Amino acid sequence: MSDIDRTLHDSDIAPGDERADSRAIVVGLYGYLVGLGLAALLTAVSFFIAGTTLVWQPSIPIALFVLAVAQMGVHLVFFLHITTGPDNVNNVLALAFGVLIVLLLIVGSLWIMYHLNHNMMPMDRIMQMQR
Amino acid sequence: MSAAQGIAGTLHAERAPASKRIIVGYGFWIFLLSDIVMFSAFFATYAVLSGETAGGPSGKDLFRLHITAISTACLLLSSFTCGVASIGARARNNAMYYGAMVATAVLGGSFLVLEVREFAGMVAQGAGPTRSAFLSAFFTLVGCHGLHVSLGMLWLLTMMAQVFAKGYRADILRRVLCFSLFWHTLDIIWVAIFTVVYLMGAAR
Repeated sequence: MSDIDRTLHDSDIAPGDERADSRAIVVGLYGYLVGLGLAALLTAVSFFIAGTTLVWQPSIPIALFVLAVAQMGVHLVFFLHITTGPDNVNNVLALAFGVLIVLLLIVGSLWIMYHLNHNMMPMDRIMQMQR
Repeated sequence: MSAAQGIAGTLHAERAPASKRIIVGYGFWIFLLSDIVMFSAFFATYAVLSGETAGGPSGKDLFRLHITAISTACLLLSSFTCGVASIGARARNNAMYYGAMVATAVLGGSFLVLEVREFAGMVAQGAGPTRSAFLSAFFTLVGCHGLHVSLGMLWLLTMMAQVFAKGYRADILRRVLCFSLFWHTLDIIWVAIFTVVYLMGAAR
């Protein structure tokens, strides 16, 4: 029983609540450096692809979109520390809900507005009818 | 032994309350997600209106990608220094905390200066927010992000002053945590802006 109690007690100190020692500083700095390197690489590739004529032009928006999503993932994991750890389940679920709302909002708006544009009478025809 | 650890793990999951730091971070994360949802509405507006230039200048005429590249570098580096500052606060290392916070402030300030100059230049050449639906949506979306960065700068200076006045207390450290989450989220939103607005706009 005492064994279980001690385990409980030790695991109650969340990582980050105790004062960071030099090893924690090095580990933390390493994480941020990896994140910075990956994010800088993805940003550089985005800017390169946007201006290049080397790749097939219609593929550029899709490539930019994929690179942006990848970079957001890098920021979430290395900077915001949204990971798959046990104390992070709530954060991940909230993120999933947020992504759902964002997708509904953006895709829904674009979808509806595209069809409205499509079905609307051209402006010059409306002007003619009002004469 | 492994069975005992298994029981302990179960007990921990059911009984032990999460630390205050994790609860505060979770609550602030909910706020940040609601902020992201608000930005997604501005993004949807911009995506719908980005072609409606009303005979005025389009993104291709207005955007200078090398300026955007510099401000992107400023914001990305400031996100890194903000992370360094949060480590410095956890380690109670004054040089690391204050140094990284000052670097974050300088980089964030450079970003704001570049953005204000860009906006002023666009308004000066007759491409203000009243020119077309495209420009209204552009100034709303990018200006709202700039407003967030300005508020973040105020918060940054406040956190430096609070640590200076009150030391590395547990509640102050939680505020530093929330500030760093806020600053990193602004960088995530900027990734979406430079991709959707600037890179796709200039390629259009």
